[in-house]
Amino acid sequence: MDNLGLIAIVSIATAGITIAIGSIGPALGEARAVANALSAIAQQPDEANTITRTLFVSLAMIESTAIYCFVVSMILLFANPFWNYILGKAGG
Amino acid sequence: MEISPDHIKILQVGGLTLNATIFFTWVVMLLMTAGSWLVTRRLRTETELSRWQNLLEVIVTGIRDQIRGVSKQDPGPYLHFVGTLFLFIAVSNLLSIVPGYQPPTGSLSTTAGLAICVFIAVPVFGIAESGVAGYFRHYIRPTFFMLPFNIMGEFSRSIALAVRLFGNVMSGTMIAGILLSITPLLFPIVMQALGLLTGMIQAYIFAVLAMVYIASATRAFREIEEKREKAETAAEKGKERPVEKSREEKGE
Repeated sequence: MDNLGLIAIVSIATAGITIAIGSIGPALGEARAVANALSAIAQQPDEANTITRTLFVSLAMIESTAIYCFVVSMILLFANPFWNYILGKAGG
Repeated sequence: MEISPDHIKILQVGGLTLNATIFFTWVVMLLMTAGSWLVTRRLRTETELSRWQNLLEVIVTGIRDQIRGVSKQDPGPYLHFVGTLFLFIAVSNLLSIVPGYQPPTGSLSTTAGLAICVFIAVPVFGIAESGVAGYFRHYIRPTFFMLPFNIMGEFSRSIALAVRLFGNVMSGTMIAGILLSITPLLFPIVMQALGLLTGMIQAYIFAVLAMVYIASATRAFREIEEKREKAETAAEKGKERPVEKSREEKGE
């Protein structure tokens, strides 16, 4: 098999695995955070504003790990540097 | 499919290329500057306001309230920086419903630029608040051995700030593009609406995180320090109770 096909196979498979595995952890973490925030709001409705704000910020922090995985898989699919390198070498 | 609007050329004059990122950044800047200039040309203090002045007042008051809530101090010095970050990101994300518009925040260059602004603003505000020595003492805060970790944390949180905004906005346009080729009729509109919500939340989060970082460099550290010193002096006097209390507070 030539290099180009190999790179395509590895990139596509890795992109899928990256986003699949990388979204498990943040999903569990966000679920825990939201559940705890909801019970906190149920216990102290007066503090709902502060809790909601902190919840949003921490959700963004937790979510960013999933976003990193997404960015990596998008780079592998649409802006793959190895693919472009081989293509450039074949063209030039 | 392009991963960022950096590669879309709008105009080429000689060797200079105007790409979509810079062009739409200028559009957003022009829109915001012209809009606020038009509104603030005739400001009134009477009870009867023009509706646009009312809108701007609501926005500015809202930002002030949020900053006060996050940083627990007077929003005056931070209003300009944090408010500008929020408004710029929010407007450039919200305009993505306009056809042909590429949000400049969907490019890593823009978000990295914004993150560098925050990276520079944190020590500037910190030094302005507590002096050069007072600010740099934060880096050796628990012990001297934490110095490399503190410095690494400073860099990694800036990178996280940039990549988070980029990833969210880019995923919005990307998902809309992919869905257009799979289910072209209604579903992309739903995702676009979701993208608007995400863009707004990301603008809010970027501004709040910038404020949190700045506040942690100025006020929060000082308060923690004061509390600890108080506890230590109380402990030296032979009272056990305040130490336990501060430990409980840390445990929370």
